[in-house]
Amino acid sequence: MSKEPVAVVGVGQTKHVAARRDVSIAGLVREAAGRALDDAELTWADIDAVVIGKAPDFFEGVMMPELYLADALGAVGKPMLRVHTAGSVGGSTALVAANLVAARVHGTVLTLAFEKQSESNAMWGLSLPVPFQQPLLAGAGGFFAPHVRAYMRRTGAPDTVGSLVAYKDRRNALKNPYAHLHEHDITLEKVQASPMLWDPIRYSETCPSSDGACAMILTDRTGAARAPHPPAWMHGGAMRSEPTLFAGKDFVSPQAGKDCAADVYHQAGITDPRRQIDAVEMYVPFSWYEPMWLENLGFADEGEGWKLTESGVTELDGDLPVNPSGGVLSTNPIGASGMIRFAEAALQVRGRAGEHQVDGARRALGHAYGGGSQFFSMWLVGAEPPAT
Amino acid sequence: MTREIAVVAFAQTDHRRTSDELSEVEMLLPVLHEVLDRTGLRTSDIGFTCSGSSDYLAGRAFSFTMALDGVGAWPPISESHVEMDGAWALYEAWTKLLTGDADTALVYAYGKSSPGSVRDVLTRQLDPYYVAPLWPDSVALAALQAQALIDAGETDEPALAAVAARSRADAGANSRAQLRGSVPHGDYLVRPLRTGDCPPIGDGAAAVILAAGERARQLCERPAWIRGIDHRIEAHSLGVRDLTDSPSTRLAAEKAGAFARPVDCAELHAPFTSQEVVLRKALRLGDEVRVNPSGGALAANPIMAAGLIRLGEAAAAIHRGESDRALAHATSGPCLQQNLVAVLEGDPR
Repeated sequence: MSKEPVAVVGVGQTKHVAARRDVSIAGLVREAAGRALDDAELTWADIDAVVIGKAPDFFEGVMMPELYLADALGAVGKPMLRVHTAGSVGGSTALVAANLVAARVHGTVLTLAFEKQSESNAMWGLSLPVPFQQPLLAGAGGFFAPHVRAYMRRTGAPDTVGSLVAYKDRRNALKNPYAHLHEHDITLEKVQASPMLWDPIRYSETCPSSDGACAMILTDRTGAARAPHPPAWMHGGAMRSEPTLFAGKDFVSPQAGKDCAADVYHQAGITDPRRQIDAVEMYVPFSWYEPMWLENLGFADEGEGWKLTESGVTELDGDLPVNPSGGVLSTNPIGASGMIRFAEAALQVRGRAGEHQVDGARRALGHAYGGGSQFFSMWLVGAEPPAT
Repeated sequence: MTREIAVVAFAQTDHRRTSDELSEVEMLLPVLHEVLDRTGLRTSDIGFTCSGSSDYLAGRAFSFTMALDGVGAWPPISESHVEMDGAWALYEAWTKLLTGDADTALVYAYGKSSPGSVRDVLTRQLDPYYVAPLWPDSVALAALQAQALIDAGETDEPALAAVAARSRADAGANSRAQLRGSVPHGDYLVRPLRTGDCPPIGDGAAAVILAAGERARQLCERPAWIRGIDHRIEAHSLGVRDLTDSPSTRLAAEKAGAFARPVDCAELHAPFTSQEVVLRKALRLGDEVRVNPSGGALAANPIMAAGLIRLGEAAAAIHRGESDRALAHATSGPCLQQNLVAVLEGDPR
């Protein structure tokens, strides 16, 4: 039995900000879902099932909040699933929803991911001490900084590469009305002069803490035929996981990331990602992760990723634009960040990315990762339906 | 044509009031070994892995990441996690197998209720603005439901006590259960519910293996074929629900094909005696159907795993040849807010 092709026909986001004090959690998610329905010109009644994702429940202090959100998301009387796979969750959530369509269990599914981080303090929410286990240090930056340093040592990349990524992503964000950070007066000098937080990661090379939600409407061929705007078609999707810590783990370029990308490329018939993929939305919470993931995802040979960044290849007008939306460095409602990557990839191939549209984008990769560089989820979307 | 998918193996812990000496992964590891041993599969043979657990029970963010150590996710595996009872992890794995992307799936769930006060912890599931600040606990909410049933003439306290007595008597044959045999019905915990009407608080884990088509027949002498599975959610606010009924259970059962032919056995996830009354009505189960021969959640209720255990127990009854067509049910949320129903069948004998 062949799989039903999956199309993205609606995308909706909130304007991501540090604190949405004007809405409840329900109000926040409903805003994104409503916009996705508007984009697809559908109503709540057209939705067969809801798949929701978010990162740890401690971030809002609500245990399994999907129970309380059932009404706001029009899920009453419908199936509702809640996914949690750490930072990769936004991507995984979209993939779980896509499988419901691919398996022909449902025709049209609403998938949504959110985080309302202003309800608590994300850094300390991630740093709860667990008896008899290695402390994760203060927040995610403390965990990832040594791995960035390892990448620099291994590749001999110049110290400035990270600041180039941050400068690019923050400028891209100025073209994205939904991005959290709009730093109109940003300069490379300002990025490089910002305070050192977790050596070698500076303040301006770090993601913000955001309130935001992102929603997509996924549907089958029949649904896509009715869509008012061009759909994005899913050509491949995969998840891979590996343990947090073990002897021989490569934190700089984890095997799970390589395997996940290889699976997606195989499904999509991609043999040369650097040439065949037109835009990439990758999960870069700390600037240096752009060159690291460029290698992990096969866009550059080992040790060469930073050269793509340094030579401007990943700029919005380069030949492999990375994070045209401004990326996680400009917007980070943690649980939603992966889905924003997936959704922005879809917007690119639908030609609906607005000012940050990559000209002629036909194939785009959405990428998310989480935990201790151990959970990966990715999808590749195209402007044309997949060959079946 | 839809792929045929079956539960081919089930394993669970001995459910206990506390497991202070064990971490979650230490509690889970023997169950994973046991379920794999039943099929002769190794981790590297499994096409997809999916689990269910809760950070709020564990008291830490990303608690499921450590459990992955028990799976042995190296080389990297295709894996996902739901912050729900493991029954919904099974549902996600079922859809994955339906797509044809995998032929086998490992599903597991675990929960340790012992470290905290679970009645208080579960209040954090409620509407965070209007209800959770009042800390109405899970027993109090179930008591509202029980009183509504009594007021509607659907049951009475002796009938509830009989449900409790039958469940724990049946659990006498289940060596894994926490409360077995003759258990005093006790004093009121929250009127009209007595301690005997409420589930034991405890720690435990469970795992099942799913397989598709011929693979299932290779791995299991009598696979428990999933003929239908569906789940539905209701409104969150108790004030807009009729607590004496469970329309989401009825709808899920319809979608799963439960009413097409009678079942001979049902494993219902009813942590409170009164909830069995609601579920029996919604599922139209007559007295001829064996309900919870395992003892059900009144005999062992490891939160996050108890729903998956219902699916596992129903499947195991088919594996053993004790059932030909069984219904399994799982629930989540206050007063049966969200419900999953599966219909399992064995090949004709």
